[in-house]
Amino acid sequence: MPFLTPLEAEAFSLSLRIGVWSAVLSLPPALAVAWVLARGRFRGRTLLSAIVHLPLVLPPVVTGYALLLLFGRHGPIGAWLDSWFGFTFAFRWTGAALAAGVMGFPLVVRALQLSIEAVEPGLEQAASTLGARPIMVFLTVTLPLIVPGLLAGLLLGFAKSLGEFGATITFVSNIPGETRTLPIAIYTLLQVPGTDAAVLRLSALSVAVSVVAVFGSELVARRLRRRTAGA
Amino acid sequence: MSLQVEISLSRPGFTLEVAFDSPGGVTALFGRSGAGKSTIAGVLAGLVKPDRGRIIVDGQVLVDRSAGIFVPPHRRRIGSVFQDGRLFPHLSVRQNLLYGAWFARSQANGKPLRDIVELLGIGALLDRRPATLSGGEKQRVAIGRALLMGPRLLVLDEPLAALDQARKEEILPYLERLRDETRLPMVYVSHSRDEVVRLADRLVVIEAGRVVSSGPIAEVSSRFDPTSGTEPSAVLAVTVGTIDRAHGLATLEFAGGRLTVPAGRLVAGQRLRLQIRARDVAIATGRPEGLSILNILPATVLEMAAAGPTAMGLRLDCGGTILVAQITRLSAEALGLAPGRAVHALIKSVSFDRSGAE
Repeated sequence: MPFLTPLEAEAFSLSLRIGVWSAVLSLPPALAVAWVLARGRFRGRTLLSAIVHLPLVLPPVVTGYALLLLFGRHGPIGAWLDSWFGFTFAFRWTGAALAAGVMGFPLVVRALQLSIEAVEPGLEQAASTLGARPIMVFLTVTLPLIVPGLLAGLLLGFAKSLGEFGATITFVSNIPGETRTLPIAIYTLLQVPGTDAAVLRLSALSVAVSVVAVFGSELVARRLRRRTAGA
Repeated sequence: MSLQVEISLSRPGFTLEVAFDSPGGVTALFGRSGAGKSTIAGVLAGLVKPDRGRIIVDGQVLVDRSAGIFVPPHRRRIGSVFQDGRLFPHLSVRQNLLYGAWFARSQANGKPLRDIVELLGIGALLDRRPATLSGGEKQRVAIGRALLMGPRLLVLDEPLAALDQARKEEILPYLERLRDETRLPMVYVSHSRDEVVRLADRLVVIEAGRVVSSGPIAEVSSRFDPTSGTEPSAVLAVTVGTIDRAHGLATLEFAGGRLTVPAGRLVAGQRLRLQIRARDVAIATGRPEGLSILNILPATVLEMAAAGPTAMGLRLDCGGTILVAQITRLSAEALGLAPGRAVHALIKSVSFDRSGAE
């Protein structure tokens, strides 16, 4: 990209990579939680819902600190992953993706839960009377009917990730080329006098990516909805 | 096929406690909306868990709460047709039809798609999406989908209730064909007397969560029971005899005699069921002369029962067929009616469905 300096281009591509990974990887667990919240009837339902929504209301710094405690090199999960799989989140772009995924999780769950709740339970019942096991009911009826919701969730996760700042900088710091995403790059530039043009360029880039993502997914979702409506 | 049901469940403001059984054929669960009929259908399908009780189909225990047995819906092989169709909107008609057959491939007694498509007349719809079908077409596809899974019992929960009269008339003949050609046992939930009379062999009348009467349809429907809220009528299985083209009339033959009715589209040799309501039957003690009524049948009074503050219900034996009549108590006293008395039944009107049967 000719109008970006190499450092800026690096922040941009890093943000995209983190956004895609966090959105894609948070989708399956979000789907499982959304299904449980939408269809399950059990005691701890409200509690589970509260826990899932926690990152939405906590200060992002606190979420980032919690991630550091759990997934840091000396945290219980971080140390385990490191010793068994040689995999680290701490101060790596993978950690930034984890932070973004956790912060976006409630939004993704919400989008999926709403679309699962919109699926007529009678259809799932009909499928079960026709011989489909619960998992097959989900795969052949529920899942195809919530594809627009999946797309919306994917987009929300991606968009949230692009804007994530507080938890990321707390958990994985501000390392150029590794964890310096677009918002962190903008923040860093703002600390230095005479970088107004660069700040503007990166801000405009953020706006452009978000707008493209929102419109694109809206377009696809509309087409899919029309197909299942069968018009 | 045998079906034994003995279940109870309570929900806030509603208690269901029913027991009935069926040797096969079409068993109608009949009663007003809210009586609990649909809950029973849900329990049979496995979608509702009863608090107590048992369900046994062909000797296999599907539910026995005291023994901790509850077979989940997908392992029951009980086909369900719902009031609202419930076709899968993301699948074509063909995919909808084959959905259950696909899961049942190991138990391969599902009828081939061709037969079912022909039986239900849905060949032209196969590549369409459910959203583009009319209400009547949707229900025919829903019936086909349930049949193609190879069920041992078909449960139809008010399958026609959401349709207008014309659409009902469109589907009833298919249900009759289904009953006559497949001999598949069915439980048919309905609040419509006409549907029940046309389709059912046995009737289970449900009211406020309880069975108020049950038995063969001709017997149950001819009972005078003021609490049941249903009007008594005789149900006759008849065969069309000769057709008098000059007067546009047809003769219907049954065990107790003959009836003459407008021929309409009836064809000689056709078999159909008809219904004669109690209030459409008048009584004469001698053979009346100079009357415009065509259908006058000799009968014997079997029993008499009060059928309201001013009315008297009569059950008549007409050559082995039960007829019912409702007259005023005053008339009953004036004519000196009593069980055993020979009378003539004057039938003012016969109702049956002309578009029905082939």
